[in-house]
Amino acid sequence: MEVMLSVIIGSMIVAAIAAIHARDLLSAIIAQGFVGYGLVICFVMLRAPDLAIVQIVVETITLVIMVAVVLDSSRKELETVIDRRQVATTGMSLLFLVLLLFFFNRAIGSLARFGDHTLRMSEAYVTGAAEQTGSINLVTGVLWDFRGYDTLGEATVLFTAAIGVLTIIRLEGKK
Amino acid sequence: MTVFILCFALFLVGVHGVLTRRNLIKVVISLTIMEFSIFLMLALVGYVSMGEAPVLGSDLVVPQLVVDPLPQAMVLTAIVIALATNAMLLTIAVRLYKKYGTFDIRRINELKG
Repeated sequence: MEVMLSVIIGSMIVAAIAAIHARDLLSAIIAQGFVGYGLVICFVMLRAPDLAIVQIVVETITLVIMVAVVLDSSRKELETVIDRRQVATTGMSLLFLVLLLFFFNRAIGSLARFGDHTLRMSEAYVTGAAEQTGSINLVTGVLWDFRGYDTLGEATVLFTAAIGVLTIIRLEGKK
Repeated sequence: MTVFILCFALFLVGVHGVLTRRNLIKVVISLTIMEFSIFLMLALVGYVSMGEAPVLGSDLVVPQLVVDPLPQAMVLTAIVIALATNAMLLTIAVRLYKKYGTFDIRRINELKG
């Protein structure tokens, strides 16, 4: 199980690196799609069917939007120039990576081993959700009943973003 | 432990892309990769080995070992919000391209007005 997951996540990392360094934006988007659908397989293996379904739908929509954007503009990647700024950003990124690695190293100690998770917080959700909410899918029960306000906020964000996209596309702009 | 480390490596790839790429579309792709790694991390933390998916049968009997439904509910919310922010970012990128004729963030920075 853990080995299979490691193989899939490893190939996702390779695809992510390919996406970041691709010479053509269309191939970068396709490599990013590989990462997204690999995530779907990981969710299925981690026993999260709802997440897998939502991720398939969302990933497909994102890919369609990205392909539309790239075909509407330019798909050439800018050529890399090695100048002072490029060196500075690369150095800064390496610094960030080392810093994040340090904090990750400190944080990983407090995590339980993979697969050893104990249901401390969601014990009541698991045992009582079916009777209290009438939903046999516990995730839906949590999402729509116990955390209903979260879902309301999510819908608000979604519609605000939709209004924002419409507004930005329709703007005339200074010539 | 390996899966946590690999998941963190995926996050680092995203951070590297956001910091070093000059193309706006590449920056959006890197942000998406970072989001994916965080979803994966939450799903990994909630996994219980040999646990079953948090869906009961019609007799409402809770199985012996269930995967934690709470991180899954949170990731479900986060995935939809990630879609919304991605669509917004891409729209802004398209507008910038229509105005300046390039995805290069440095040239956009220089061309004021």
